[in-house]
Amino acid sequence: MIKKVFGLAALSLMLLTSCGGKEEAKKNTPYKSPKKEEVKVEAPKEVSKTEEAKKPEEVKPSQRIALDNKGVGPIKSLTLDPEINQEMATKGAEVYKKMCTACHKPTKKFIGPAPKGILERRSPEWVMNMILDPEGMIKEDPLAKELLVEFNGSPMANQHLTKEDARAVLEYFRTL
Amino acid sequence: MLKLTTAMLSAATLLGSCGNNSGNSSGSNGALRSSNAEKVYVAPGEYDEFYAFMSGGYSGNLTVYGLPSGRMFKEIPVFSQFPTTGYGYSEETKPMLNTSFGMVPWDDAHHPDISQTEGILDGRWVFINGNNTPRIARISLKTFETEEIIEVPNSAGNHSSSFITENTEYVVAGTRFSVPVPQADLPINEYKGKFKGALSFISVDKETGRMNIKFQILMPGFNYDLSHPGRGKSHGWFFFTTYNTEEANSLLEVNASQNDKDFIAAINWKKIEAYVNNGGGTKMVANYAHNVYDESTHTATSTMEKEVLTVNPADIPGAIYFLPTPKSPHGCDVDPSGEYIIGNGKLSADLTVHSFTKMLDAIENEKFDGDAYGIPILNYEAILAGSVKSGGLGPLHTEFDNQGNAYTTFFISSEVVKWKIGTWEVIDRKPTFYSVGHLMIPGGNSRKPFGKYVVAMNKITKDRYLPTGPELEHSAQLYDITGEKMELIYDFPTHGEPHYAAAIPADMIRDKSQKIYRLDENNHPYAITSPDQAKVTRNGNEVHVYMSMIRSHFTPDNIEGIKVGDKVYFHITNHEQDFDVPHGFAMIGANNSELLIMPGQTKTLTWEPKKVGVWPFYCTDFCSALHQEMQGYIRVSPKSSSLDLTWTLDDE
Repeated sequence: MIKKVFGLAALSLMLLTSCGGKEEAKKNTPYKSPKKEEVKVEAPKEVSKTEEAKKPEEVKPSQRIALDNKGVGPIKSLTLDPEINQEMATKGAEVYKKMCTACHKPTKKFIGPAPKGILERRSPEWVMNMILDPEGMIKEDPLAKELLVEFNGSPMANQHLTKEDARAVLEYFRTL
Repeated sequence: MLKLTTAMLSAATLLGSCGNNSGNSSGSNGALRSSNAEKVYVAPGEYDEFYAFMSGGYSGNLTVYGLPSGRMFKEIPVFSQFPTTGYGYSEETKPMLNTSFGMVPWDDAHHPDISQTEGILDGRWVFINGNNTPRIARISLKTFETEEIIEVPNSAGNHSSSFITENTEYVVAGTRFSVPVPQADLPINEYKGKFKGALSFISVDKETGRMNIKFQILMPGFNYDLSHPGRGKSHGWFFFTTYNTEEANSLLEVNASQNDKDFIAAINWKKIEAYVNNGGGTKMVANYAHNVYDESTHTATSTMEKEVLTVNPADIPGAIYFLPTPKSPHGCDVDPSGEYIIGNGKLSADLTVHSFTKMLDAIENEKFDGDAYGIPILNYEAILAGSVKSGGLGPLHTEFDNQGNAYTTFFISSEVVKWKIGTWEVIDRKPTFYSVGHLMIPGGNSRKPFGKYVVAMNKITKDRYLPTGPELEHSAQLYDITGEKMELIYDFPTHGEPHYAAAIPADMIRDKSQKIYRLDENNHPYAITSPDQAKVTRNGNEVHVYMSMIRSHFTPDNIEGIKVGDKVYFHITNHEQDFDVPHGFAMIGANNSELLIMPGQTKTLTWEPKKVGVWPFYCTDFCSALHQEMQGYIRVSPKSSSLDLTWTLDDE
């Protein structure tokens, strides 16, 4: 009986706040879309998992070898020539310098991991997808999710490289 | 028993909470309200049907709203400094506010108008006038930023502006106050006969939109209140309402309301254009600012123009006529066909509708009733198409739907009146809350209106919203006009005082809206395109910091060797290339504003450190989970210090 009364009271309260709440929302958000805020504050939740990721016996996600994982994104299949295409690599180095060095140093961990030796641990498709669609990867690729945690919740920025530029960057990685 | 009581209580709560929302909207019942709610409800994640650009009035800016939801999307800084983004504070945008009076960091923005091609909205630019220090601005509908501002010389109270011709050949700016032209030290009571009213035709480049004053017509010293272009058959003409044809210079409230009729000035601009193209007109020495923002350098430059071409009406007979119009007409509106020119005599109950065809006939057959300063006055009866006996008081402005109806606002009797073009009969009238000024129908002043909604822009808000002290935002009201009768369906507050607005179907511009500035197209002289170009240089006490930003750090973020008395320029480039990832920059004690820098953009803030110490700066826009980590320090040493400049990120 008492339970039911509470139920009703709660219902009426909810109704009350729903009417009031709607109005509030309209008036309080002239500049920022709430959607944007939501997206941005999602990441800290992931940070709290850091503890878990640091278990001593576990190999860090960045060091794990996952050559079969092609990731999620526009690149489904990519076969590399045995020979490095130097011309492409040179172009890739230029693109890398402009678009990537703010967060990635070639041979040393910075904001994100160093690309040196990346193809010993990742498939070419995975690397390309991470460059071309980092948002999709963080959402759907479990390894990318773990990497986000390992790297302090700092999300990989989508620098909107063309497929061709991303491919050149990948070729440059082979020279490191 | 207890259960029943609670249930009743909750029912009462329901009634109370939702009932309050209806406030005092008169005469609506519950069922009607819920269908109205559906009409304005845009579900989360869905888009509005129209973009509405509402003038910000004395805020000096332009606000962007969605219709029918009434949600505000953006405030576009135009004539006023805007600390939110640094507009008018950053080194790049200060020149936008330059005038012949020096920097004027504010204005009174009135009448936005969207560019047209063949009389139909084309969604390339919005133009808007600064009323106080006469200026016209052009805003890009790709970047939604102000790209150009041109000052209008010989003008004062730039009110009958900024209306465009049907192929955006010209944006037209008329003066409200007549003044001595050129300005001179005269007794004010020598106004009559000596003061002039300048009507400026500013050409708009078809490709770039760049503005240039083609010619100014120096009209008799009346007040030129509002204007609109001819369209369709009347394309090539422009119509301006006048008041104070009495040429009073004091207590206009009484002295400018003596004549039974003032005029609508009909200007054959094509004829005048041909005249000046053939070398007509007189070049006059002038001094006015022309400010242009370059999207590739992210920088504005201000140029002082030194000459303007003026046209004396007496030198080109047959180009200008006066249409007598009762009772100090305010709004001057032309119907979508271009046949009818409507004068809203603000001290009258009736609307005067002139016929363009009859006007041409009266000109041809010289049906004149004398002249004013040599300009023929056409016979009133000869040009009259009809008058709308509305029964309202204080008509101000008229817009049109695509069904042959017109809608006129009445300020004094607080209502919108719908009437039929051609029969002049009143079809419907609905109250506004309260004292409506302009109204707007998307495309309502073009050949092709999108007649779904009327937005009424009210001057008085009073009891429509929760009170917020003596100052209230103005209230806009949305009417559904798809039926025979108008229906008031929504109220929403607006920012500043929107005098007028212009709206366009969202799908005409939505997909052209720019998302980022490309880094590889950034030609800012102080931009750095990779973080290894970051540096700090000194030239005397002038220090330039070349800085980059990306989620979530600045490069560099530790700077030493700055001294008290230095003038520090932070040139900051946002290296993001993703949509909706701006970064902010705020420096403690900076005597200006923050910078909000869009992806790929470079902006510059100056800072003059006054105190020795170590001072932080940070990113103001919540950019990622590590936004709170996006910060840096600057060490400020005494003026006498010999510490060298150093700059680092993570000690490198």
